[in-house]
Amino acid sequence: MAISVDPPEINRRQRQKLGFTYTFLSDPKAEVIRRYDLLHAGAGPKGADIARPAEFLIDSTGTIRWVNLTENIAVRARPEQVLKAFDEMGERAAR
Amino acid sequence: MDLADGGNKIDMKRKWNWPIWVGFIITVGGLFSYEFFAQFPFTRDFPWANLLLFAVGGIFLVLGLFRAFGKPQLYRGKIFGPILAILGIVVFSFFSYLIFYQLRQVPPSTGAPRVGENAPELTLPDQNEKPVALADLVSGSKAVLLIFYRGFW
Repeated sequence: MAISVDPPEINRRQRQKLGFTYTFLSDPKAEVIRRYDLLHAGAGPKGADIARPAEFLIDSTGTIRWVNLTENIAVRARPEQVLKAFDEMGERAAR
Repeated sequence: MDLADGGNKIDMKRKWNWPIWVGFIITVGGLFSYEFFAQFPFTRDFPWANLLLFAVGGIFLVLGLFRAFGKPQLYRGKIFGPILAILGIVVFSFFSYLIFYQLRQVPPSTGAPRVGENAPELTLPDQNEKPVALADLVSGSKAVLLIFYRGFW
């Protein structure tokens, strides 16, 4: 699921436009963003506070199994990386 | 125009120095094509396509400058050549600053939850304004991928 400061109306529109099926959550005051220490203060248009990009893979017990905090805003995790992390997660659980 | 050396009385009009213009346009293209190449991770993770355009543009500009200064009687461009070359350098510098410095200005986020820790609880409205709790999604799935993004789409 995806989280940003964008409001639900924007998320609804973009989700439809881009054909995503997963959940988009709104964090307009960046409260959760701060809780996760992902705040990028003033980096948005007109100096708005936004999140820096980050991905977390969480297992069924709520434990974080993989984190991706890129050093470069333009570089994001590729689907293969996430799937690999997911597979490795399953392997460790099976042992 | 009569040439003073007396050797060649044919009226020679200097040729258009196209490499300078082509080089400049390609250089500017290197900057403006960023949005296009940014669509593909292969050319976005490291902007080699843009750098390639800058290199090609640069080669043409240098070629044009060599012509303008090496054979000034054949080619024009002793004034606008350096001007466009300098503009090209400015464009390339601006691009490099944005891509290699600005994009890396990311906060350290040292307090972000790490592998092995429990994901901090959260409940936020989804795209239909319905509150969704992380705990609910987690208990119903093998895994949940939480993606924080910059927004302002």
